[in-house]
Amino acid sequence: MTDPVSSKGPGLLARLARARPTKPGEIYGVPGQGNTFWLSIASVLVLLFIWWLVTALGLVKPLFVPSPQAVVKKFIQIWNEGFTNTPFLEHVLISTFRVFGAFLLACAIGLPLGLAMGMSPLMRGIFDPPIEFYRPIPPLAYLPLMIIWFGIGETSKVLLIFLSVFAPIVLGARSGVKSAAIEQIHAAYSFGATRWQVMRHVILPSAMPEILTAMRVGIGFGWTTLVAAEMVAATKGLGYMVLSASQFLQTPVVIMGIFVIAIIAFGFDLLMRFLERRLVPWKGRM
Amino acid sequence: MSLKIDNVSVIYPAADGRPPVAALSEINLEIVEGEFVVALGASGCGKSTLLNLIAGFLSPSTGSLVLDGRTVSGPGADRAVVFQKHALLPWLNVIDNVAFGLEIQGIAKQARHKTANEFIQLLGLDGFQNSPVYKLSGGMQQRVGIARALTCDPKVLLMDEPLGALDALTREKAQELILKIWGETRKSVFFITHSVEEALFMGTKLIVMSPRPGRITHVFDLPFSRLFQSGAPARQVKASPEFIALREKVLNIIFADEEAVE
Ligand SMILES: Nc1ncnc2c1ncn2[C@@H]1O[C@H](COP(=O)(O)OP(=O)(O)OP(=O)(O)O)[C@@H](O)[C@H]1O
Ligand SMILES: [Mg+2]
Repeated sequence: MTDPVSSKGPGLLARLARARPTKPGEIYGVPGQGNTFWLSIASVLVLLFIWWLVTALGLVKPLFVPSPQAVVKKFIQIWNEGFTNTPFLEHVLISTFRVFGAFLLACAIGLPLGLAMGMSPLMRGIFDPPIEFYRPIPPLAYLPLMIIWFGIGETSKVLLIFLSVFAPIVLGARSGVKSAAIEQIHAAYSFGATRWQVMRHVILPSAMPEILTAMRVGIGFGWTTLVAAEMVAATKGLGYMVLSASQFLQTPVVIMGIFVIAIIAFGFDLLMRFLERRLVPWKGRM
Repeated sequence: MSLKIDNVSVIYPAADGRPPVAALSEINLEIVEGEFVVALGASGCGKSTLLNLIAGFLSPSTGSLVLDGRTVSGPGADRAVVFQKHALLPWLNVIDNVAFGLEIQGIAKQARHKTANEFIQLLGLDGFQNSPVYKLSGGMQQRVGIARALTCDPKVLLMDEPLGALDALTREKAQELILKIWGETRKSVFFITHSVEEALFMGTKLIVMSPRPGRITHVFDLPFSRLFQSGAPARQVKASPEFIALREKVLNIIFADEEAVE
């Protein structure tokens, strides 16, 4: 007969602290290994349920937290009738245009600049101070300057978003330059590569994982800044919709606007994750 | 082709509060055309450093390296390198890794894949052309690295423990393959290994190095690879009394070195 206590194996704490055994064909100890899809679905459903329960039991006033049904109803109403005389999809489109316009611009300028800063001490010396200077400043703080300099038109809105996306993209590209192993660079040189070829065939591809991550982080900052940008004399856009609804205490519209922004941003992030899997399946593997 | 290494020292500068490292001290070595030089020595005695010097990745603190009458001042396509580690490009599949040197040299895709395929077959990697390199075993990755260096037909082949991750059988085959290619093309080779047997079997010249400061302590001329080239079976060469006697002698030198260090 075995001792019943010892046959239970190690204590709960010890078992939790150890890496879990793997399924056949999986590699032991890969950090964060495992599928989270169903858990995430369950988490969303539970949160929705709590939201519904809190409102259905009347624990908070609808002014503070409207019920899910009220939000859905508002969504259908705005979808059909528009908001402040502008169709709903136009609000969505104009905001998306602002964010993605700024994002593409930031990529077009930020990626080459970041790579150049990683490659050349001259470029790093020149551009490091201004970027590091403005990077930690909240966009709301320099919003007035944008308005004074560029007026209340589209320019200052896109520019404000651009600035918030620009810094993380430059920094990502810049540190991505360091990803290539020196042996990989040497291999290229020993085949007679020029500096430009080393850049194109070794440094750029090995920087891709960091560049993609920087783009994901960057567009996140873009959406964060959207509402601030649309504080400036906007008459259209999701940020404008949320802001003006909040002035009239239309909480359902505020929550709906937040959801729409979140869903678009999340959709794009899924696209970026898909691209990451397709473009850099080797990330962290060599 | 001839390479003359004249009184070369390398001192890695002090960093993070650690003192400077005298990685190589007063190295003199000549590699003539068609010579197969093997370097042997305890870990950290400066073998890779010497290879980096010849490749042009590092410049000497004192002394000079002269290749065909010109001072070595950087890497070039006349010297191909098989690296100790981390030198394949994970975003390329096997065939494009092997063809990488040819791509750099502007060879058209079809032509470079044709050449790459020859070496892929030579190294027993057939069927893996389209596999991503990060999914290969360590030994297969090493063979991709060797194939890549060979495709460009360099005058000098610099190899840093190229067979370290291979199993015994594949390793012997790869040794014979390298000897065959060397015999056919008269390349000059600088070859680093930790295996005394491999060193004796493959080289025409053996240098034994010793650490702190890294220096060449012994030089032997070796007859065995020529015996193999003229038709003697590898196993027979390695079992000959001369081979065994020299192997014991070199092992004694190396063990004495390692004990002196400890
Ligand atoms: N970049 C570097 N900076 C400072 N010291 C270095 C550097 N590279 C090598 N060294 C030192 O120089 C010495 C020789 O290193 P090297 O890599 O040439 O040894 P090795 O003979 O190739 O060893 P192994 O057989 O383990 O590969 C070692 O003491 C090492 O710590
Ligand atoms: Mg080494």
